[in-house]
Amino acid sequence: MLLKKLSEAFGPSGLEGEVRNILTEELAPFVNEWTRDALGNLIAVKPGTRGPKVMLAAHMDECGLMISSIDRSGLLCFRKVGGLDDRVLVSKYVVIGPKKIPGVIGAKAIHLQRPEERTQVIPLNGLYIDIGAKSKEDAERLIKLGDYAVFGTEFGHLSDTVVKGKAFDDRSGCAVLAEVLKEQYSMPIYGAFTVQEEIGLRGAGVAAYAIEPDLAIVLEGTTCSDLPGSLEHGFCTGMGEGPAITAMDASVITDKRLVNELLRLAKENNIPVQFKRSITGGSDAGRINQTKAGVPVVVISVPCRYIHSPVSMLSLVDFENTIKLVKLFLESIDKGGFAL
Amino acid sequence: MKELIKKVVEAYGPAGNEAKIREVITEEVSPYVDEIKVDALGNLIAVKRGGEKKIMFAAHMDEIGVMVTHIDKHGFLRFYPVGGLSPLTLIGNRVIFENGTVGVISNEKLEAQKDLTLNKLFIDIGADTKEQALEKVNIGDVAAINREYVDLGKRLISKAMDDRIACVILIEALKKVTKPAYDIYAVFTTQEEVGLRGARVAAYGISPDLGIAIDVTRTGDTPESATMDVSLGKGPTVKIRDSSLLCTPSVRRYMEDVAKANGIEYQLEVLEAGGTDAGAIQLTKGGIPAGVMSVPCRYIHTASEMIDYNDVVNGVKLITAIMETEFTGALSHYITT
Repeated sequence: MLLKKLSEAFGPSGLEGEVRNILTEELAPFVNEWTRDALGNLIAVKPGTRGPKVMLAAHMDECGLMISSIDRSGLLCFRKVGGLDDRVLVSKYVVIGPKKIPGVIGAKAIHLQRPEERTQVIPLNGLYIDIGAKSKEDAERLIKLGDYAVFGTEFGHLSDTVVKGKAFDDRSGCAVLAEVLKEQYSMPIYGAFTVQEEIGLRGAGVAAYAIEPDLAIVLEGTTCSDLPGSLEHGFCTGMGEGPAITAMDASVITDKRLVNELLRLAKENNIPVQFKRSITGGSDAGRINQTKAGVPVVVISVPCRYIHSPVSMLSLVDFENTIKLVKLFLESIDKGGFAL
Repeated sequence: MKELIKKVVEAYGPAGNEAKIREVITEEVSPYVDEIKVDALGNLIAVKRGGEKKIMFAAHMDEIGVMVTHIDKHGFLRFYPVGGLSPLTLIGNRVIFENGTVGVISNEKLEAQKDLTLNKLFIDIGADTKEQALEKVNIGDVAAINREYVDLGKRLISKAMDDRIACVILIEALKKVTKPAYDIYAVFTTQEEVGLRGARVAAYGISPDLGIAIDVTRTGDTPESATMDVSLGKGPTVKIRDSSLLCTPSVRRYMEDVAKANGIEYQLEVLEAGGTDAGAIQLTKGGIPAGVMSVPCRYIHTASEMIDYNDVVNGVKLITAIMETEFTGALSHYITT
């Protein structure tokens, strides 16, 4: 299953090669022309003969950690790459560097903590990665400064329709985009698998600059908050309620014409959809929208619970419906049923 | 001109939803320009030919608003701000959606006044159930402040003086200009209130030699206000800086020279917080010399923004004079030749 492969791939911001390889291999029978740009964005080019130039974008990178120093005792200090929640780090299994050395994020055990420490989030400088090394020299044989670590979570099924895994933000979007790229349309399609989204939407802007699309569709794995403790009006999206369409986030106001067409297609084809009801956080759409003389954009997301953590969840029904909706949208453009 | 002001300030057009105000302005400027186009972000670009250099004027046509994020089972709407809104100014205010639906904003029970935050507020559109509400509005729909224009004679009050008063100035200047010294690109920009987004892409598309934004600015002339040497009625301002840019010195001097040469009263403006489209224009491509003329405005981002009519009259004079006076300063102030 492509989603499993993508979820388990090692691909923190700035080191997306493994994800790139999975995608080029998966899409080899369907895509003849690839571009790999200076920042590492992977762009599948499917030439067309008529209609608008459409850019689809999903980011390959995930949040991770970077080794910043190695302690005398062989423990690894680290910094975050992307917006990870400090509170979810302790006691997690991670893999480090190109050799995928296994490690555990450790901290002082509860027995050793002062009473006031027990009520506080352990600060980053109180956490370290333990790879079982005996000394600094021992650790240095396996690890170099600047090596990345990502969570070592395995993909798996919780039920027939619900799966768990790491990095669904945005490997679910990558998987949707890969499925869409297997189809053939008569307009030019640029499938951009972008880099470095988690550290500031960095890949998407340069990709859009080179592509100069007429319109863009950004595919995301976005957060759910349909959970105890959230007020109903504070929900962002609900898992199982269908693909989420963004009207606005911190980086973009999406194009109303595109949003309305998505709503129309969803209704006509009985696909449940929801709006993303939170505006915090940005997306690649913000950068693409502001590229050169401007690009109309829309964002379609697979709702995922617990993103930016070691393990997230999504509904395969939402996932399949997202693929279906994006394909319908492209078909509609292809048939000339929709033009900007 | 007051008739035009009323028409333009009362039109609906929060950031990202500028179609209606764009129509109003298109109708006004069409007879006076050579070309009109709407770009990918909805910017209205009106071109009047006349010279070798390209000058871009930016007046943003979007206003602040609220976007519906949730509809509860009793038909109440929750919302997020579109642009900078303070909860203090919203309670009891009315908002209007593009389809004309009007609602009133009120608040949940609060333990203390300081607990007032935007997520404690809701919109009541008179619906009893979610289904009834959905007949009128949906999640993602955006409402603007609903308040009528009032003419106090010397002073005018309305919602969206920020920045429709600048749109009026630009429209009037396009009507009045007789000998343009430039190819004038009058851009009525979109999405300024959410991050200067329209102006950024418009400037890229136009690639002007010089950019001037027209906006409103704060004043320091009300009781116990923050210190600021700008007052209503003392003329439009020539900006020196705000949070988004340091105005290119040669452009600032040029604007001052034009004002002096034409006997137009103006004030210098140093704005501590807040940005303008000029900030985005200045950083476009390899950099574009940019300046700003502002209309002093009290109570910005509320339902009742107040300006002085005389400042508008002088603003039209200054922008018209700029259109007719070629900029002879260095196009980059880092090089002196």
